[in-house]
Amino acid sequence: MNAIIPNQYAMPDAEGRFGPYGGRFVAETLMPLVHELNAAYEAAKADPTFQAELDGFLTDYVGRPSPMYLAERLTAYYGAADIWFKRDELNHTGAHKINNCMGQILLAMRMGKTRIIAETGAGQHGVATATVCARFGLKCIVYMGATDVERQSPNVFRMKLLGAEVVPVTAGRATLKDAMNEAMRDWVTNVEDTYYLIGTAAGPHPYPVMVRDFQSVIGIEARAQILEMEGRLPDAVVACIGGGSNAIGLFHPFLADEGVRLIGVEAAGHGVSTDKHAASLTGGRPGVLHGNRTYLLQDDDGQIIDAHSISAGLDYPGIGPEHSFLHEIGRAEYVSTTDQEALDAFMLCSQLEGIIPALEPAHALARVGDIARELGKDKIVVMNLCGRGDKDIFTVAEALGRKI
Amino acid sequence: MTNDRIDRRFAALKAENRAGFVTYIMAGDPDAATTLSVLKGLPGAGADLIELGFPFSDPMAEGPTIQRAAQRGLRSGMTLQGTLDLVAAFRQGDNDTPIILMGYLNPVLNRGFEAFAAAAATAGVDGLIIVDCPPEEADPLSDALEAEGIALIRLAAPTTDDKRLPMVIRRTSGFVYYVSVAGVTGVKSADPANVALAVTRLRNASGLPVAVGFGIRTPEQAAAVARVADAAVVGSALVDEIEAAAQLNENVTEKVLLKASELAKAVRSARLEMA
Repeated sequence: MNAIIPNQYAMPDAEGRFGPYGGRFVAETLMPLVHELNAAYEAAKADPTFQAELDGFLTDYVGRPSPMYLAERLTAYYGAADIWFKRDELNHTGAHKINNCMGQILLAMRMGKTRIIAETGAGQHGVATATVCARFGLKCIVYMGATDVERQSPNVFRMKLLGAEVVPVTAGRATLKDAMNEAMRDWVTNVEDTYYLIGTAAGPHPYPVMVRDFQSVIGIEARAQILEMEGRLPDAVVACIGGGSNAIGLFHPFLADEGVRLIGVEAAGHGVSTDKHAASLTGGRPGVLHGNRTYLLQDDDGQIIDAHSISAGLDYPGIGPEHSFLHEIGRAEYVSTTDQEALDAFMLCSQLEGIIPALEPAHALARVGDIARELGKDKIVVMNLCGRGDKDIFTVAEALGRKI
Repeated sequence: MTNDRIDRRFAALKAENRAGFVTYIMAGDPDAATTLSVLKGLPGAGADLIELGFPFSDPMAEGPTIQRAAQRGLRSGMTLQGTLDLVAAFRQGDNDTPIILMGYLNPVLNRGFEAFAAAAATAGVDGLIIVDCPPEEADPLSDALEAEGIALIRLAAPTTDDKRLPMVIRRTSGFVYYVSVAGVTGVKSADPANVALAVTRLRNASGLPVAVGFGIRTPEQAAAVARVADAAVVGSALVDEIEAAAQLNENVTEKVLLKASELAKAVRSARLEMA
């Protein structure tokens, strides 16, 4: 289990498989499009002008590199390992989602697509997509579960300000999973002009690898920054996981660094032993949904179970296939955080560091204390602070029983 | 053991020089007993082949009509095994009409391909259509189904180009299902001229009969497709009848069989009108 051959990470294979996970499980109508996308992405990846263009926008528009910051008061609070934040909440639009959107929008334009569709949960990916569509003058339609439209109203307004059409999805439990179904239905209906800009490292190949590659800027920067600032690699890197795009972006550049623990934090909702959580690896088993084979929350008949999390961005019953693979080979560890623990961490970070985190990274933060204590003094833990919490203040106020 | 109900049925249709009428309904919509009574009545109403959907929580290729049918099926407690039980019950009175199960991969994967194929063969299933299992991913499922003599029916779409076609029809048997519109079920209408071209192309490439579905709602549309294809599939229009009758507390079986008869008549007479 722990004897890992380096080339095991040369994933995925040509069929988009990470071990038994990944693949391309979509309707025949979409298969030619998925192949076309893969060819276009491979060509773009090999084209230095594409990379230079992307780097330019990441620097001047997104504001990269994001800082690496030693959270001194939080470190002192736990009194153990040094806690560092990778500050991806300082990106334009307030989360890591824009890294991927910038890459994919440049690709969509290379492919001559004029109509962009996306799904969104917390609204961060929707806002990032609406932002790049506004920047490049492309039509933008965002599918969002009606439940999420309700609990993330600031982001809905933001998307509309940016010129996007937000379509509330009422099917199912009206959250991220249902928004993704509806986006797939749009794609299969509008095959000529439409580009589906998936926001997480899941879906049919090449999405998991493409989103990972665009998000890997997080881990590449973090690795270089900590080497420069501390002269060594961290002992652990930590990130929250819904579909898992910020986590895979942080983890991937550290995969070959065997001494670096990779820790993903899933949303445990009311607890993984209840029926209200979103921890696919901890509480699910392998299946096929949304174009890929991966760990899913499902019942005895193979029906997908609705996830639950206080964080709309983690409220998804699946996980990117590369995480399923890293989980199975034991290279990454996956733990979970309940709604209440995330709320506590949200308050702690706000009051000790003057940073209001999004509820998503608050899940990661809730485990960072345990990890820091487990590692002990003079060790280093790096957490991706992947989003800021402005969008969550209404949810948090409600959870605290306060009126704004 | 090879199950040849599908081959025999298409041979008989060819001898009669007419297209087949294929009906789609969802298992458990609105409940198992109603589905069984509709199934039993469909051959008499003119259905030549029957597609029986098994519900899935996330039917990504379906329009609103079939989405709601899947929800009703799940609410009534229908499962993959429950669907097989319906087929077994139907087979007690009908050993000729081919039954093709249609749905999504996860419930089948969850059951295990070999275990599913064995149970499906025992129940009397002739074919399987899995919307989200393209040929690139289908080999393990094909292995299991072939061992039990069940056909994995392949879908071809308007976007399936000549380069892909050989892969799409590889290891397929029974018939090829042409998805006549780029879209979800029951929303767009098929263009008869394009359908004729696609059917010829698929028939030549596969040597198999070609059934056409996804864009057929009315008797006129069914007749137009029946003039050029080997079979016309109607789903959403029948499911709409089921939904409406159930909502109005009417006799669901009667209403849906009446609708099926109208459509069957149009399909059966389509080539006569031509001559």
